[in-house]
Formats: sequence, C-alpha cells, structure tokens
Amino acid sequence: MEDCLARKMEITVSEAEKRTGRNAVNMQETYTAYLIETRAVESQSEGQCAPVDSLWRRYSEFELLRNYLSVTYPHIVVPPLPEKRADFVWHKLSADNMDPDFVERRRIGLENFLLRVASHPVLCQDKIFYSFLTQEGGWKEMVNETGFQLKADSRLKALNATFRVKNPDKRFTELKHYSDELQSVISHLLRVRARVADRLYGVYKVHGNYGRVFSEWSAIEKEMGDGLQSAGHHMDVYAASIDDILEEEEHYADQLKEYLFYAEALRAVCRKHELMQYDLEMAAQDLTSKKQQCEELATGTVRTFSLKGMTSKLFGQETPEQREAKIKVLEEQIQEGEEQLKSKNLESRDFVKSAWTDIERFKEQKNHDLKEALISYAVMQISMCKKGIQVWTNAKECFSKM
Amino acid sequence: DTSLAEVNSFSSSMPISPSSMINQYKFEDEPELRDLFITVDDPESHITAIETFITYRVVTKTSRGEFDSSEYEVRRRYQDFLWLKSKLEEAHPTLIIPPLPEKFIMKGMVERFSDEFIETRRKALHKFLNRIADHPTLTFNEDFKIFLTAQAWELSSHKKQGPGLLSRMGQTVRAVASSVRGGVKNRPEMFTEMNDYMETFSQKINVLDKIAHRIYKEEREYFNEMKEYGPIHTLWSASEEDIADSLKGVASCIDKCCKATEKRMAGLLENLLPILHEYVLYTEILMGVLKRRDQIQGELDSKVDALANKKTEKDLFSEEIGKLEDKVECANNALKADWDRWKQNMQCDMRSTFTNVADSNLHYYEECLATWESFLASQTVDLHVEEDSEDRP
Repeated sequence: MEDCLARKMEITVSEAEKRTGRNAVNMQETYTAYLIETRAVESQSEGQCAPVDSLWRRYSEFELLRNYLSVTYPHIVVPPLPEKRADFVWHKLSADNMDPDFVERRRIGLENFLLRVASHPVLCQDKIFYSFLTQEGGWKEMVNETGFQLKADSRLKALNATFRVKNPDKRFTELKHYSDELQSVISHLLRVRARVADRLYGVYKVHGNYGRVFSEWSAIEKEMGDGLQSAGHHMDVYAASIDDILEEEEHYADQLKEYLFYAEALRAVCRKHELMQYDLEMAAQDLTSKKQQCEELATGTVRTFSLKGMTSKLFGQETPEQREAKIKVLEEQIQEGEEQLKSKNLESRDFVKSAWTDIERFKEQKNHDLKEALISYAVMQISMCKKGIQVWTNAKECFSKM
Repeated sequence: DTSLAEVNSFSSSMPISPSSMINQYKFEDEPELRDLFITVDDPESHITAIETFITYRVVTKTSRGEFDSSEYEVRRRYQDFLWLKSKLEEAHPTLIIPPLPEKFIMKGMVERFSDEFIETRRKALHKFLNRIADHPTLTFNEDFKIFLTAQAWELSSHKKQGPGLLSRMGQTVRAVASSVRGGVKNRPEMFTEMNDYMETFSQKINVLDKIAHRIYKEEREYFNEMKEYGPIHTLWSASEEDIADSLKGVASCIDKCCKATEKRMAGLLENLLPILHEYVLYTEILMGVLKRRDQIQGELDSKVDALANKKTEKDLFSEEIGKLEDKVECANNALKADWDRWKQNMQCDMRSTFTNVADSNLHYYEECLATWESFLASQTVDLHVEEDSEDRP
C-alpha cells in the first residue's frame, strides 16, 4: 500500500454536467460528463497546496479504462464500475439515467472506482490509468494503441460457455461457486430491500393525511382544537422524514451493489483461469497425440485407429522418403509443442500465484467493507428509530392535551 | 331460539377482565360508583334447519336493588340487540342511543361468520351494552333490564307484548308527515349549530376512518415484505466466514423489528379502528336524533298553525298545544344534556385512543432502537478486538 497512487494523489470526481454532442454515426446525443480533479499530496512541511488538475470524462471512457485493465491484468479482481442503468429501483426513484439523484449517485460511484484502482498495489502503477487521470486529449488513442482488444479472448464473452476442464483447480471451482452465490444473494437482498423501502414509504406518507383532517376537524372543536392542530403538524413532520431516511439507505444499497458487481469480477478471474487450464490441457493433449503419431510412423505399428492409417492401407503405403519427411515435420512440431507447453505451464503457475494473492487481498477488503456497511445500516436504523420516538413523543403530548 | 341442532364453541371465549373494562369507559362515573358490570363473550354458533346464527353470552353483575339477583347469565343473538336498540329509541327519541355493529360488512374484507368478524362484533356488542349501562337515563330502562336478565323464553314473550305492528306503522306515518312540515323553521339556534357541527364532524370522522384503514393496510404490506428480508441475511451468512456473525446479527434484528411491527398493527386493529368506526356509526345516530327532535317540534308547530285558523274548540287545542310544548321542552332538554355528555365522551375517547396510537408507535420504535443498539454494541466490541490484535507486531 505504501507505493500506491492513492497515497500520493488526491482524486475526486467533483462534478457532473449534461452535454450534447454528436456520436459516431453523427447523431445528436445527450450524455453526462464527469469532472475528475487531481492534486498531488504534499508533505506537511511544505505547507503549500499543490494546484488542482482537472479534466472531463464520460462514462464510456471509464468503461474503456476498465476493459483495458481487465484484459491487461487477468489475474486481478478489477474494481467494478457503478451500474450503467438504474436497477433495483423502488417507485419513488426514477429509472431515468438523466435523473439528478441517479447522476449524483453515479458520480460518487465513479469516484469510488478511481479510488479503488488508485489504492490497488498492482493497478495503481499502470500508465494508462495515470494518463486517464491526467491527460485529457489523446487518451483514447493511447489505450487503443496498446492493442489490448486483441488480447481479449472472445471466448470469455460467451458467459455461459463451459470449458470441459479435466483437472479443475479445486480452489478456483470453490471460488467461482462462491461468486455465484454472492451475486445471487446480494441481488435477492437488493430486490427485497427495494420492496421494503417502497412499503415503508407508504406507511410514512399515509400518516401525512392526518395533518389536513386534524386541521379541518380542529376548526369545529373548542377544547380539542389546539391539540388536534399541533398533533397534525407532527404527523406532517413524520411523513416528510422518510425522504431523507430512504435517501441515506440508497447509499447503503450502493455499497452492496458494488460487491454485487465485484462478484462478477471475481467470477471473471475464475473463468480466465478455467480458460487457461483448458488451453493447457488441449495443448498437452495435442502434444501427446503428435508424439503418438510420430511413434507409429517410426515403428510402423498402428496402435490406434486413424483414417490415415485406413486410407494408406486401402490405397497403398507411403514411400520411406515420404514417411521420413512426415516424421521430421512431426518432430519439429513436437519440439515446438513442448516449449509451448512449458511456457504455458509457467504462465499458469504465475497466474495462479498472483491471482491468489489478489484474491486474498480482495477477501480482506470485502470482509472489512461489508462489515462496515452492515454497521452503517444499523446506525441508520437507530437514527430512524430516534426520529420516530421524537415525533411520536411530541404527538402524544398534543393528543393528551385534546 | 330454542331448537339447537348443533352447538359449536369458539376458542375466543375469554371473558373480559374488569380492569380492561374500566380502561375503556372513562366516563363521568368513577369506576367505584358503577354498580352494573356487563360482559359479552363466548360466541356460539347454532345451526338449525332454517338458519345459522350466533349467540353471545351476556353476564351481568350488579348491586342494584331493582335486580332480584346479583348475577345473571343469558345468551342473546344479534336480533335481540336490535330489538333492544329500537325499544330504547322508541322510549327516548331524543337521547343518543349507542351504535350497534352493522348487520354485515359489505367491504368483503371479512366473511360473515369468520372468526375475525365474530370477534369484532362481540367487542362492539360489549361496548354497546356498557355504554347503555353508563348512560344516566338509559341504564334504568326497563327493557334494558329485561334484556340483561330474562331467560330466552321470557324475552320472546316480552318482545311480543310491545306496541303492535299497526301502531308502530302509525308512528312512522306521523313521523313522515311531520317531517314534511319541517320543524326546522322554529328550530332553536343551538340545534342548528349542532346540525352544522355534525355535518362537518361526520365528514372528518369518515375520512379518518379511511386513513386509519389505509395505515393498517400499508403497515401490513410492510410487515409482509419484512418477513422475507431478515432470512436473506441468514442465507448469505451460510456462504461467509468472517462476516457470518454480523449478517446473522442483522437478520435477527430485522426479525425482531418485524415482530414489533406485527404488534403495532395489532394495536391499530384492536384500538383505533373500532373506535373510529363506532364514531362513524354515531354520526348517523346523532343526525337521526336531531331529526327526531325537529319532528317533535314540527308536531307542535303544525298544531300552532292549525290553531291560528280555528275559531271554535280553542280550549281543546290549547290543552293539546300545552302538552306538545312540554314534549318539545323535554325533548330539547334531554337532547342538550345528552349532547354535552356525548361530546365529553367523544373528546375523552379520542384523546385516549390517539394517545394509545402514539404509545403503540413509541413502543415500536423503542423496541427496534434497543435491538439495533445492542447489535451495534456487539459489532464495535469486535472491531476493538480486531484493532487490538492488528496493533500487535
């Protein structure tokens, strides 16, 4: 953590602005741009505040950055971006991307993303990431020049494709299973939370109806009038209080959502390992069959059934020269294959080692963050209860004076 | 009433404790001064060839001299309550007779003979009789006494003795006739004020009734969603190690809050909803009472008008008018006194009911607060332990 960027640089996504422009097919579009501000953290003794650098980026650029990081560091659990579209909404929240509350929450999510990357021991050192923060023009071209898209394995895009791996790594299998469970349980939780929020909103708001009726009723009462009127006022306060309460809870939901998306990132690492393992097994299998072919040609025995063997039996044997040529080609291929297999094995071992380091780091981060989130949820509930007690204590006093 | 093919007993046959009765009826009579205690409980269904109906046990405990015994136990059905109410209205046209629960609920929320319906009705019937018992005039009504004390066959025969169908019809005809002539013309200011008041009050109480039902419905929907919320956290804890305890803690808190919500809901159902409903019914009764007073006034007014056109038999008329004037004065006084009494009771009922609602909410929030605070304490203890262990090299 000592060398990570977050220690050396203050990063904020401080503003969001609506823009209009022309897209790739020259059609007018509206989008939101986010202002990224960075400032070098000076040591205390200097006393001076460094100047703030800033540049504007839109969501699609963040996406490009993340894709680049995912492909370039396949063994890293790459921090997720906030959701593209509003999901798990309850009725009061808008599902509109242009809604100011949604934009605000996305701004916070993007800032959080940058801070996560900046405090990651490996990712923070990436030059493209640094340029994303500091270089306004030409960044897109720089990223594309890295050619990372070529490295991206299109097979990974097929989310449900399974690679039949003969000797799966048990740890990765368990981890993939865990990431699936985590995704499932968090999304279930978020769905129910949204419904609970909706209902809670209903309970509070209906109490607001008391206010007007009490007020109108108090007009025809002599002794009861004052008590009714003031009680009605407190009911209005009660009804209004739910807006802030649920706004705060939305931030808690966002914290959970981050880990919902983190689960996907975790799963991606497992998939990449799976693919790597698959390729390794395929390469080993290929090498074995080539070796076998070579042996058969050399000794003249056919151990396994092959179409070539059959056709040669039907249409006559090859000449010794032809056979020699074939053996030579095969021997070359076998040599190549063995080198490739060796390097693939090394690659795989390195991947597993560094992936597992990052996974351990991620686990600790996850446990810490989620525990804090649960605590903050409790704090929110406590605050809500205290507000409720205050309002109803006041209302009770008014009622008792009726 | 007498041929019982089958008798089923319901489980909700708990007798009401005297202390809860005292809480319900904080009228001007102090509990120590009450000499008549009535409970309605133990609903039983009776199935005959012709009909199915329910009887309720009515237990009366009294120290009054007019009663031969100090304790009575009878069974009454809804019809009998209706009979009692109409007799009281007959005898005291300008007194405010307490409301009876409706014949059946139209809303379709509850079936005719469901446990919920029967229990709601039982409570309302209990209230009805107790309100009569607390009324300074109605409590001494003879039909009331017979209702409380007579055995089934005695009551039947007594019912048949009442004024015949024809005379009751005659009364209705006269009532309709006089209502055509009004009685509004010479209505004292006080009663116009009462009328205006009742119109507004009726509007407001109906809206309040609707609001209360809405709140109950929303709280119930909230409760239903909450029931699912806690268990998800427990499910999640199964795939975690480090944070399993925190997750289980949250699950437990949510479940406790869920139960607290259920209690709050039950409080509304038991307390606020029945009272508001009773007062919705009261508004009709009060409008009716005001109308009947107007009718009595109308009788007087029409006779006075008729007298103005008469040349002979003036003396006879004057005597009749004198009687009617007395009647009007009695009616007015009775109504005025009962109105004041009703308003006081209403104020008292509303004060205590809404205070109860506030209390119920306070208990709810206090319980939830305690739950979450205790969870928070457990978590921060863990954090301190963790921090301490991190400091060690």
